[in-house]
Amino acid sequence: MIERRSVDALIVGGGPAGLAAAVGLWNNGIHDILIVEREKHLGGILRQCIHDGFGLTQFGMTLSGPEYARKYIDDVVRMGIPFITNTTVLSVSPSRIVTVASPDGMIRYEAKAVILTMGCRERTRGALAIPGERPTGVFTAGVAQAYINLYNRMPAREVIILGSGDIGMIMARRLTLEGAHVQAVFEVMPYPAGLPRNVEQCLNDYNIPLYLSHTATKIHGSDRLTGVTISEVDADMKPIPGTEKDYSCDTLILSVGLIPENELSLEAGVKLDPHTRGAYVDEHYMTNIDGIFAAGNVLHVHDLVDYVSLEAERLAAYAASYIKNGSLPPCPLPVECGEHVGHVLPQRISGTSDIQVSLRVREPLQNCRIVVMQDGLEVFSRRMRKAIPAEMIQLNIPASKLSSQGGLTVMAVCENE
Amino acid sequence: MTREYTCIMCPNGCLIETEYDPAPASEGAPVIRSVSGNLCPRGAEYVLQELTDPRRTIATSIPVTGGELPLASVRLTAPIPKDRIMDAMAEIRRYKVTAPVQAGTVVIHDIFGLGSDVIVTKTVEAIEPSGKTE
Repeated sequence: MIERRSVDALIVGGGPAGLAAAVGLWNNGIHDILIVEREKHLGGILRQCIHDGFGLTQFGMTLSGPEYARKYIDDVVRMGIPFITNTTVLSVSPSRIVTVASPDGMIRYEAKAVILTMGCRERTRGALAIPGERPTGVFTAGVAQAYINLYNRMPAREVIILGSGDIGMIMARRLTLEGAHVQAVFEVMPYPAGLPRNVEQCLNDYNIPLYLSHTATKIHGSDRLTGVTISEVDADMKPIPGTEKDYSCDTLILSVGLIPENELSLEAGVKLDPHTRGAYVDEHYMTNIDGIFAAGNVLHVHDLVDYVSLEAERLAAYAASYIKNGSLPPCPLPVECGEHVGHVLPQRISGTSDIQVSLRVREPLQNCRIVVMQDGLEVFSRRMRKAIPAEMIQLNIPASKLSSQGGLTVMAVCENE
Repeated sequence: MTREYTCIMCPNGCLIETEYDPAPASEGAPVIRSVSGNLCPRGAEYVLQELTDPRRTIATSIPVTGGELPLASVRLTAPIPKDRIMDAMAEIRRYKVTAPVQAGTVVIHDIFGLGSDVIVTKTVEAIEPSGKTE
């Protein structure tokens, strides 16, 4: 017999997005909330992100990940917002029935609103299909980070890092501080994947070279990794024969991208955008399924936790209104990517309210304008000296600039075009 | 001389170009002629700091005895000269704490007299009486 309960808002995941959504809902008058967290503690990935640099936008100071999480956890505890840990969500149905496996057994919740805040996971070697043996010593950056920062295990001595994502660069520094030798970081793209400040403070500060347009083409070793073969790649990112170079190492760290964690969403019937790999949402962060909302890295991968929190707070205001009124204004107008824009959200808007648009450019641009067109007319633009894929761009567009008719196209226009 | 910096003060990561006269071989500070490309005044401060006395913070962790977790994360409260980073790591490695330990607890006060404390950044509760750690 599965126990049944009802709740106004069920939040799937107690990381930064889930915590901010919970606090936001509470502040908007919704008090019948439940945060469901699969780990023993709230905080999500912030628990292992011990470096500082979090909180500049939200708190005006630079905090470590655990300190940033603690600020929200303290609010949750002070407000008395219910949460359960060590509990896995097994399924979310389109009618918002959420089944969980908790230490007290299975429980089935009927929720007025379900908030999806499961975050993201790392791309693995399997996803890259690097040929070669399958020795131990090949880790994603986040796994190496957990070993060192949570479990007190040092997994590496001689290190090669593949991919210049922010976590990879942060781990280059962390491994160096712990006495490992990080030989180099190799990035397949012709530009760094992570933020410029991390290239500076994590690589340049420790004399770790970054090679662009390079990738791993073979992995060597039987029990433990003994080395990797690195090749240059051409403009189509295909390895160039004859450029192979062998590096001896016992550890290969992968920092090759993050993917929103949407298995539960798919089962609920939530449609995903192939660009973000997160849900299609309207300006209220509601998915195509009525009453199911998403924010944070499960929606689109962010570069900064501060923006995850802000997004979840915005979601909370809308979700609270949905819970109180049973509906939100319709959002029939589509939002699409134009020239140079890799993804944009929300993907649907009302045209009658203020909106926040998040986007990334496809490639590094200089002296460009981010332009929002509606029905062939320019309704908003922002001039940018530089725009890079590593940095999410957010535009706040007032309702006064928008019409209730016609879809939006978001593009970048460069001066030399 | 001219030099480019990527500012690390905030995630904007401004690319800042500066023109400056280097310090004389013995003493004195470089004289900055111009700074451009920074979106805020902290960029100019960063460039001056980099030219005269580059500083960084670090974060690491220390073992916890009797805790529900094996490690407590720690960080510096203020940046220290870049060339003292590895010394600071070696010094921090000598410390451990006993649970329970609260975030904010000072582990090392004023490390090497550099005006920066090492503080705990994660609260670690003591192991439960039953001995369960999970």
